[in-house]
Amino acid sequence: MLNPLKANSRVLRRASIRRLAKPSVSVISNPIRSAGSLSQRPNSGFVSFPGALKSSFTSSLKFETPDSYTALPTYRVVDQNGQVVDPSFNADISDEEVVKLYKDMLFISIMDLIMFDAQRQGRISFYMVSAGEEAVSVGTSSVLDREDPVFCQYREQGLFKERGFKTEQFMAQLFANKNDNGRGRNMPIHYGCKPLNIHTVSSPLATQLPQASGAAYALKLQRLQDPSSKPRVAAVFFGEGAASEGDFHAALNIAATRSCPVIFICRNNGFAISTPTLDQYRGDGIASRGIGYGIDTIRIDGNDIWAVREATKKAREMALQDGGKPVLIEAMTYRVSHHSTSDDSFAYRARVEVEDWKRRDNPITRLRKWMEAKGIWDEAKEKEARDSLRKEILKGFSEAEREKKPPIGSMFEDIYEGLTPDLKEQMGQLKEILETYPEEYDVASYEGGVDSLNVPKDN
Amino acid sequence: MRLATRQYKRYASTAAAARQLNVPINFGTTPLLHKKPDTLTSLPEFSKVGTTKRMNLFQSVNSALQTALRSNPRVLCFGEDVGFGGVFRCTTGLQEEFGDERVFNTPLTEQGIVGAAIGAAAEGMRPVVEIQFADYVFPAFDQIVNEASKFRYREGATGTNLGGLVIRMPCGGVGHGALYHSQSPEALFCHVPGFRVVMPRSPSQAKGLLLSAILESEDPVIFMEPKILYRAAVEEVPDEYYTLPLGKAEVITPGSDLTIISYGRPMYTCAAAIEAAKKNRPDLSVELIDLRSIYPWDRETVLQSVAKTGRAMVVHESMVNFGVGAEIAATIQEKIFMQLQAPVRRIAGWTTHTGLAYEKYILPDVARIYDGIFEMVDY
Repeated sequence: MLNPLKANSRVLRRASIRRLAKPSVSVISNPIRSAGSLSQRPNSGFVSFPGALKSSFTSSLKFETPDSYTALPTYRVVDQNGQVVDPSFNADISDEEVVKLYKDMLFISIMDLIMFDAQRQGRISFYMVSAGEEAVSVGTSSVLDREDPVFCQYREQGLFKERGFKTEQFMAQLFANKNDNGRGRNMPIHYGCKPLNIHTVSSPLATQLPQASGAAYALKLQRLQDPSSKPRVAAVFFGEGAASEGDFHAALNIAATRSCPVIFICRNNGFAISTPTLDQYRGDGIASRGIGYGIDTIRIDGNDIWAVREATKKAREMALQDGGKPVLIEAMTYRVSHHSTSDDSFAYRARVEVEDWKRRDNPITRLRKWMEAKGIWDEAKEKEARDSLRKEILKGFSEAEREKKPPIGSMFEDIYEGLTPDLKEQMGQLKEILETYPEEYDVASYEGGVDSLNVPKDN
Repeated sequence: MRLATRQYKRYASTAAAARQLNVPINFGTTPLLHKKPDTLTSLPEFSKVGTTKRMNLFQSVNSALQTALRSNPRVLCFGEDVGFGGVFRCTTGLQEEFGDERVFNTPLTEQGIVGAAIGAAAEGMRPVVEIQFADYVFPAFDQIVNEASKFRYREGATGTNLGGLVIRMPCGGVGHGALYHSQSPEALFCHVPGFRVVMPRSPSQAKGLLLSAILESEDPVIFMEPKILYRAAVEEVPDEYYTLPLGKAEVITPGSDLTIISYGRPMYTCAAAIEAAKKNRPDLSVELIDLRSIYPWDRETVLQSVAKTGRAMVVHESMVNFGVGAEIAATIQEKIFMQLQAPVRRIAGWTTHTGLAYEKYILPDVARIYDGIFEMVDY
């Protein structure tokens, strides 16, 4: 990119004159960029261009085709029937802990059903379920450190639940009431929780990915500056559709070049709203992109919580090795739900296809089968768990629905650290309107009513 | 994440019985929609059109796209989920009729969509691309600001231009879109010259303006569709090909006391506020102007009107700061300062993001415009 600043253009001019004078001599003298100064040895069997250090010469004119590579395998530990297929596998957690993970997945799936219906009844404005993808969020969460910062997309309710997000916190956000961390500003399912180290969900796709690379770099530097601090990684979730955005490519590239300890976790669920993967990308899924960027990568069965756990555990270790590096996990799932409450997916895919998937495989039933085979779960426990989770969710639901909305004045806050002169004036203007036309507004449902628009004196 | 427009019940509002002003817009009776063919065809701009059909906004956009695809083989339609008809149904049936070479899904990449459209237009096609929500156009900003806007200027004497490139995007509040499904970023596009920026107020306007943008404009066009109107606004729309001029505002109702200048969805809010104000003061005479093209805008029509009424109010949804209202107000006071009888007034979104729980307090409503009308005429 050309820099119009004078000083820089002088440098540019000088460099280009030098290049003209001595075309074969490298003008790069900065010792930090040593790769650029490698020179070609006579009769070398390898290319030593700075852009490809280990490429051997060949006299065969051959283009590589994606088809000449077999698809990357999909790692799994437990099959659809709950049978262990990895002989080296031993459950690394107690039975009680397994049951907790199972109940976390169950909680999300029950809350999804209730809230999807609530949206249909007009009681909340929007909802997105994560049906069929619970194992990815719950499984990864269960092996990340609680202090690892996480950037979510919008189908990671399970991670919030597993980290300890409470029913009333889910409900406060969904109803945008006064107890919501986001102060009623975000659409439903855009949860966020600082004590749990999860950044607030943002709707635009893939924007969270380069942010996670930068966050990981911050963790790496902070550890360099204070070696006694706890080693941490950043984790970031996204779908295969989001991987088409420029931000995905930027994120992987910057994480690779700066060796950032970040785990990229892709939920490849087959659909971006209506767009099937065939229209989304060519080549071997998202995993092949990771390899292309020089990132250690694995593809896993996203319906197998044990595979998710094993892979994420290992990925976290790798991400912290040698001062840090990125790792990519592509978890294969199937979006058995509609994209959101605004979508009717039977407009673009056959109902039978979805029913087949539901019957064939489901992360929750898979873990249930495994637990039943182990003798730690049965029909009675299932019923009891479902009933008590349902009761808990409905209780949180009705409490949250009755709560007031956040103060109206809060709509002007947090744009800047403090209120600007513009905003103070606008608060006053709005207050005057609300007081002049009280019957035109529903101020009483907001905490503090119109008084929340009083401009704070000390501000 | 994406959502479609839908009308919700309980959480949205408590619809107090006492309300006179901030009641839901009655799209069945608003004077802005032509419920019968003869009121439409009596307008000079529609005098030559043939048969008409009742359509909502997404159907009229669909009809415009179908008409354009039929009349010129160089027209293409692509974008996210466009193949199955788009999340707002604007491209329904087009892939079936014109094939997936001309109407197709793209990967999820706004910069890719706009960049590819620029390249196709540079090679003589007329690509009409869809950005799923105006809120998601920003990855394409480099392509819009640094490439498409400057294309003709950069090419200079080569004469190459991007005529036929149209970037469509749904915009504006729907009551529950919050931070990322409510924005109306027209002012950002207007700051950089090179694009025509258009926002229709109704189905019959949308089809004519969109056909002009696709088939007649030799400048690239950003075409913003107020998504709340996709289903809500229903009126008679000509079946066949017709165009409406870009860069030309429309005086909807003539008046003598005050000029209200707006565009898109707030046109209905303005019309409702004027109606309520006239109930209170029957001799009140307000001129309502639909800007239609936000940039380059019709200065002549606006200045003539304000010179006559002596008072101007600009209404738009997006933030008041550095907005379209600022540009219009500045132009008015520069050109006809001595004819003004009151300061130019802007009624627009506050300088905030669109928080979910606060939307109806942020975007201009009937009460604020009504209040502004009396403040201005009694100044």
